[in-house]
Amino acid sequence: MESIKDKVAIVGMGCSQFGELWGRSAWDLVVDAAYEAFEDAGVGPKDIQAAWSGTVGFQGGQSLAYPLKLDYIPITRVENLCGTGLETVRGATYALIAKAYDLVLCVGFEKTKDRGVGGLGSGEPMGGTQPVFGIQATPPGRYAMAATKYLATYGAEKKHLAMISVKSHHNGALNPKAHLRREVTLEQVLNAPIIAWPLGLYDCCGVTDGAAAAILCRIEDAPKFRNDYITVKALGNSAGPGCGKMMTTYDWVHWEETYRATQQVYQQAGIKNPRKEIDLVECHDCFSIAELMCYEDMGFCERGKAKYDIEAGTFALDGEVAFNAGGGLKSFGHPIGASGIREIYEIYKQIQGKAEEPSRQLKKVELGIAHNQGGHPGTFMCSMGIFGVPGR
Amino acid sequence: MAGIISYGAYIPIYRLDRSLIWLSWGGLPVAGESAIANFDEDSITMAVEAGNNCLQGIDREHVDALFLASTTTPYKEKQCAAIVAEALDLKRGVRTADFTNSLRSATIAIQAAMDAVSAGSAKTVLVTAADCRMGHPSTVDERSFGDGAAAVLIGNTNVIATIAESHTHFDDIMYQWRLDEDRFVRSWEDRFIIEHGYQDNVVEAVKDLMAKHSLKPADFTKAVFFAYDNRRHQAVARKLGFDSQTQLQDSLFSNVGNTGAAYTLMMLVGALEDAKAGDKILLASYGDGADAFVLNVDKGIDKIRKNRRGIKYHLDSRMPLPSYTHYLRYRGLLEGSFFFENQSAATIQWRDRRWNISCRGAKCLSCGNINFPPQRVCMYCQSKDQFEEVRLADRKAKLFTFSKDSLGPTLDPPIILCILDFDEGGRFYAQMTDRDPDKIEVGMPLELTFRWMHSDRGIRNYYWKCRPLRQS
Repeated sequence: MESIKDKVAIVGMGCSQFGELWGRSAWDLVVDAAYEAFEDAGVGPKDIQAAWSGTVGFQGGQSLAYPLKLDYIPITRVENLCGTGLETVRGATYALIAKAYDLVLCVGFEKTKDRGVGGLGSGEPMGGTQPVFGIQATPPGRYAMAATKYLATYGAEKKHLAMISVKSHHNGALNPKAHLRREVTLEQVLNAPIIAWPLGLYDCCGVTDGAAAAILCRIEDAPKFRNDYITVKALGNSAGPGCGKMMTTYDWVHWEETYRATQQVYQQAGIKNPRKEIDLVECHDCFSIAELMCYEDMGFCERGKAKYDIEAGTFALDGEVAFNAGGGLKSFGHPIGASGIREIYEIYKQIQGKAEEPSRQLKKVELGIAHNQGGHPGTFMCSMGIFGVPGR
Repeated sequence: MAGIISYGAYIPIYRLDRSLIWLSWGGLPVAGESAIANFDEDSITMAVEAGNNCLQGIDREHVDALFLASTTTPYKEKQCAAIVAEALDLKRGVRTADFTNSLRSATIAIQAAMDAVSAGSAKTVLVTAADCRMGHPSTVDERSFGDGAAAVLIGNTNVIATIAESHTHFDDIMYQWRLDEDRFVRSWEDRFIIEHGYQDNVVEAVKDLMAKHSLKPADFTKAVFFAYDNRRHQAVARKLGFDSQTQLQDSLFSNVGNTGAAYTLMMLVGALEDAKAGDKILLASYGDGADAFVLNVDKGIDKIRKNRRGIKYHLDSRMPLPSYTHYLRYRGLLEGSFFFENQSAATIQWRDRRWNISCRGAKCLSCGNINFPPQRVCMYCQSKDQFEEVRLADRKAKLFTFSKDSLGPTLDPPIILCILDFDEGGRFYAQMTDRDPDKIEVGMPLELTFRWMHSDRGIRNYYWKCRPLRQS
């Protein structure tokens, strides 16, 4: 097995406005994100040789060819639950390393607000659904079971979850493209209506429309497009066999798939001490408890000890390692197919010093993690990547 | 001689104070409370509960026939006894039949069971009766009806009560009825149907039976009579010369209500709970005629009673239904607006019936771990196709973790989503029902219960939920 580290560069990125975009279609969002990326890389649609379309809601490669009017090029539609966006980058990276293409496009997007009801639904495919097993288990209901168990096991309190949400809202409020741009107080979070006990309204991310795009090439071609490109350091993927909710061996206080994918990417990128070596983590914080367990499963603190780092502000914008500087899924939003690329977008802009709002620009960012996990606790599809400055 | 080998009963946990109905409608008050099926219960699930309680300690292989008695079988075409048999995990060759359309269905089924046993075509027959009838809102019927179930196992060995004599006659009268499209029971004027329907028929049946076998009221320890209400129940006893203080079995009218086809059988279970060897019990049911039986209680009665869930167990464990609105909601009379994405698939329901309905898990022959749902490749040791089926429905479990989902799609929020671990090993993913959301904690003991999950495309989807132990 050969290392993929520093073989592929990201030379252009784009991200649409995120939010409840009633007036904008999925195609509008794809065009917004892709054309920002084209402009950023200094290329046009005709320069793209192949593309990956990341979305759970739209089928086929036409989902990119149609809105962008691409010229009969190869396009693969990718769906891997919440890891969909990162999976487009994995496909593109390998194709570039194989030298099948020289310049490719990844777009992740979702239009979640055309269903007529709130929430994401149970996420079951159309037809062929088991009629009774696990029905009516909404995403908050599923994650809340893990929260119940974590709080009971480690003596953490709801305030620790709440402090994560306060941080995410703070970061999102500073980010112009974020969905939820409002600071909240600890009291507001703790007194909010319960969605799925013990998770309240502010423990849960919103339901968001949005799109993000990346243009990639091999590292030797990157200087043709720009000097401040970033490179792919590592890509991990761990699919749970789907038994956590059925097996007595799953403890419900950690994310096994995230732990496994973390081992993959740390090994590929040569990370020994993440707390010292990683500057920014954009992790999957669909719910406050999701981010909390990531601190532990990614090795930023010991199991059961996250509460101490939360109290110390370790993962704040001005802390030791910023988690979800962009506002995270919680505040920036979670259009499912878009999230992975949106996370890379945050790392890319932070590394380039282009975080727009000066107060949210991190001082020194060389390595960042993008991470998503989709599905049911104990049954996740986790996708992860490390991105950073070349040679680092 | 044919008789009762075992018994069981079921009363839903919710009780509706009838004055709450009166508060909404006024009119004639009816004292007491009614047992109300939870939103996820119906005659099929209640028949399963009573049947399963009856079969505790009985080898299911020995059940040769299952007769379901109910006037409220949810399907008009499609046998409901087959669903009950599947949920009770009875053998493939069991004879199944629905006895429907009459309040007397349960005793008609018992007579058929006795005939089968006497003829030798079945060694044991499970008769399980359940009803969940609705009186028209505002009527006395609505205040009188309750929901419940009872079951008896009929056979001629290990009998705890011999059915010594029986009587039957039919009677064609418009007493209470429903047309195919009716949701609510229709009645003719009460004074007419009580006198010429209920009272005349029960009196005729009992008098005929006693005369034929030279029996007199004093020969009986207990008399179990179908009841219109408490007053008419006692009037029938008086007419027949029974002492309503000492001989008349409690009608359950005040604390459960009239449970239709299950009613007389539930009262019989109540009588058997207090019976001792040598007792003689008179049983008379009503509905389109009347059936009457003489039962002689045998000495096995004390043994079978141990840990048996009958009437007392369920009467003692109850939760008040907070409002009449809850009743309307649970019965679908008050429809909220929900966005359900649940789907039916007859193919999957059929393929998965062994675990969805029979509640069988797969025990790995290599590592011994329980896989639920059953797998081809073991979740624990990855052995392929090395499993034996095990019934999980009666296993005790403890709550591992849970959540309370206020916004999930249900008729009765919050959805209590649970992970439970069986005491004997294995994990189960289920919703919790019959629960107080404020009294749930990790580690609490739980058991499984068969429930309706949702309906789509005319298919009622059933599965297993968990519930707190009713007497803990």
